[in-house]
Amino acid sequence: MAGFMINIKIDGKEINIPHHYTLLQAAEAAGAKIPRFCFHERLSVPSNCRMCLVEVQVKGAPSKPTASCSMRVLDLRPNSNGDPPEIFTNTPMVKKLREGMLEFLLINHPLDCPICDQGGECDLQDQAMAFGRDFSRYTENKRAVEEKYIGPLVKTVMTRCIHCTRCVRFTTEVAGVSELGLIGRGEDAEITTFLEHAMTSELQGNVIDLCPVGALTSRPYAFSARPWELLKTETIDVMDALGSAIRVDTRGSEVMRIMPRINDAVNEEWISDKTRFIWDGLRTQRLDYPYLRDKNNRLVMVDWQRAFDAIRCAVVKAGQGTIGAIAGDLATVEEMYALKLLLKSLESDEIDCRQDGTALDPVWGRASYIFNPSIAGIEASDALLIIGSNPRLEAAVLNARIRKRQGLGPYPIGVIGEQKDLRYSYDYLGSDTEILSELFLGQGAFFGVLKEAKKPLFLIGQGALIGKNGTKVLKLTARLCCDLGAVTNEWNGFAILHTAASRVGGLDIGFVPTSGRNAADIVADSAVLFLLGADEIDLSAKKGFTVYIGSHGDNGAHAADVILPAATYTEKSGFYVNTEGRVQMTNRACVAPGEAKEDWAIIRALSSVLGHCLPFDSLHSLRLSLIRDYPHFGIMDEIMPGKADDIISLGQEASSVTTCSFTSPVKDFYLTNPIARASAIMAECSSLARNRLAMEVG
Amino acid sequence: MSIRRLAHESIQPRAFSFTADNLFWAEKTIARYPEGRGHSAVIPLLMRAQEQEGWVTKASIKYIADILSMPYIRALEIATFYTQFQLKPVGRKAHVQICGTTPCMLRGAENLKAVCRRRIHSEPLETNMAGTLSWEEVECLGACVNAPMIMIFKDTYEDLTEERLEEIIDAFEEGRESSIPVGPQNGRHSSEPIASVSLRKLL
Repeated sequence: MAGFMINIKIDGKEINIPHHYTLLQAAEAAGAKIPRFCFHERLSVPSNCRMCLVEVQVKGAPSKPTASCSMRVLDLRPNSNGDPPEIFTNTPMVKKLREGMLEFLLINHPLDCPICDQGGECDLQDQAMAFGRDFSRYTENKRAVEEKYIGPLVKTVMTRCIHCTRCVRFTTEVAGVSELGLIGRGEDAEITTFLEHAMTSELQGNVIDLCPVGALTSRPYAFSARPWELLKTETIDVMDALGSAIRVDTRGSEVMRIMPRINDAVNEEWISDKTRFIWDGLRTQRLDYPYLRDKNNRLVMVDWQRAFDAIRCAVVKAGQGTIGAIAGDLATVEEMYALKLLLKSLESDEIDCRQDGTALDPVWGRASYIFNPSIAGIEASDALLIIGSNPRLEAAVLNARIRKRQGLGPYPIGVIGEQKDLRYSYDYLGSDTEILSELFLGQGAFFGVLKEAKKPLFLIGQGALIGKNGTKVLKLTARLCCDLGAVTNEWNGFAILHTAASRVGGLDIGFVPTSGRNAADIVADSAVLFLLGADEIDLSAKKGFTVYIGSHGDNGAHAADVILPAATYTEKSGFYVNTEGRVQMTNRACVAPGEAKEDWAIIRALSSVLGHCLPFDSLHSLRLSLIRDYPHFGIMDEIMPGKADDIISLGQEASSVTTCSFTSPVKDFYLTNPIARASAIMAECSSLARNRLAMEVG
Repeated sequence: MSIRRLAHESIQPRAFSFTADNLFWAEKTIARYPEGRGHSAVIPLLMRAQEQEGWVTKASIKYIADILSMPYIRALEIATFYTQFQLKPVGRKAHVQICGTTPCMLRGAENLKAVCRRRIHSEPLETNMAGTLSWEEVECLGACVNAPMIMIFKDTYEDLTEERLEEIIDAFEEGRESSIPVGPQNGRHSSEPIASVSLRKLL
């Protein structure tokens, strides 16, 4: 269809466009701006706000107002000579139409802008200013709508609703769960959930951004700031391994809210609720001073010098004993790199960034541990096998992309692992390695599906790679990929879905032990143990002196002998590599509280106390050194692709596996990292989700 | 038009299920739609539930949404959109729907409404004390040549006078509705002229 081009005159300007374009697309191609409320690029077209009316002028007939979002150029009645009619977006008629539509919309819209959280960033406000009349002719009573409860995250003031139905379409089409609906009709139409149940989607926060008025606003952010007093910093999210593009809004040193940015390669323009509502966790449970464990086994506040002295004593005392380091899920590449160099100077390679003990290892090449087809590549694939993952909880935005792909056309999805509601339909194949072995032998109905597919995608979650069988499962899957033609020069369907933002970066710089040991061994054997924000690991077996460098008082800090307070992802600039292998950088939006410092600086200062001064004294020189060692960090926002040969050679080592079932490591979506566990909002969401689960089971 | 909400929780029955006959009918109805388009059967099914229960209960909305495997909110949208679905109990013996659109109004629908206000309840969609009767004004029911008219359940009663409406209401209340002929109440057949008109005379 794209081949049919057509000439059309818009505002007297002739342009050449594909004939399936809507008038709105055509007008934008011609440089005209069309106001709209209900239309949204990533949702279906309902054409119910009528704000986008344009004038269609057929020769020899009266001009007609036409909703430009839903009328296609090819559907227009041609002129007598067969040409499409002329379109106008700036005539007195259009001006009058827009004034009329806004007048209708404002009939029932309250005049409460001064107390409305949308004030200052409201589509209705802006468009009323730009296109509306300057006074109201309406003297009758305004409609009022009863309050609705739709959950702890989205606050509703339904009297402000203009019935654009963007929220209804978003939950149904993108989030994949029909929770919101428009009940009643006409003036009495109301947006609500069934019987005012709380919404369950992990992406529900996006309806706040979609709402063009103040009907749906952020409940945690309510009445706390105005958009014009916020400092906006563009940065990257670290709540999951996707690295969604976000904007952090700060006032002074406090993060007031987090919003999505558009990045079509990663998150389009959605973010998960954890990404959006985590910010209250950035203020609570913070480690703001160094702490040292005293003789009474209590952590007491000390200054940096005493904390460093205690570490030096412990390192000296350790002597020939091993010194280990574990990097947590939120660590930046720079601080891991600095810590690695420090440990190297202490003649130790007991370092690991894989707290969960996943089987991934950089020795098998970069392709073996990244999401090779890329997130946008999901849309190019034509079949999907999910192994040991629940993408809805592990990467909610990526899950929406899978759902989007299914909406584009036939897309068979098979799942090996837990049978959960993923928000799209799939074939449940089974829970364990047995199914994988069967596929490997060419058995089962889904084998045929994968065989027939030209670009099959194998999504391998950490649930499949954790545990004794992890390595074997990884190799077997690699072999399966190769056998089914998923690994070629054009298409690499071997896709590892990570759950930790720091993981790919850590693997890239080789933050793993060469001895084949794992994180649990390092914890158990180290005489001195450095924890770089490592809170997801079982520390009960640790024996040695423990140093915790991190931002929140969580598992790691509780077990520590020395606590060095560090910065969170909004308080430092650092590299993160997302699950696709895309290098991205966070920007500092505010400063860390109290005595807390950026992690790399802490490690640099510690290195000089320990007499092994690291060869850099600024973040810039650290990065130069990092890029010298690992050149791909020099190219931001790009993916250094993995080699198909890595997967092929990995697959050649495949052997049979003993039976074990896969379970996703993410049990509770809302509480996966120390910042989330410090957040009251996340705790409330988590308890709601738990109750819901208990209700379903009971 | 007014805001349409589900009836108060205190009068909602706990459960709903189709009778065996209705279930058989529902399956046949769903089968009329193409594979995967069964959702389209939601309107006839809700109507059948209303005929079975007398009104559309919350339990019946959930039951039908479950049968059609559609989200509850989608079925609720339908049930609240169409005013033909009664969301709270109406008269058990008769729910009088008075056509109030222009031709009927010109021919005396206002007077019929006054009768209902007096005999049944001062407000539409409220039942009388016994819960047997209720009334409402509806839009055109398509019998304009026989105006004014009413509809009770699936039958229409046309060419009404106030007195005749009272008789009809009495008959329904006493369970004698079968004694009332359906259609014109003034003796004429269908919508033919009331008096026999001689074509020759006219010419």
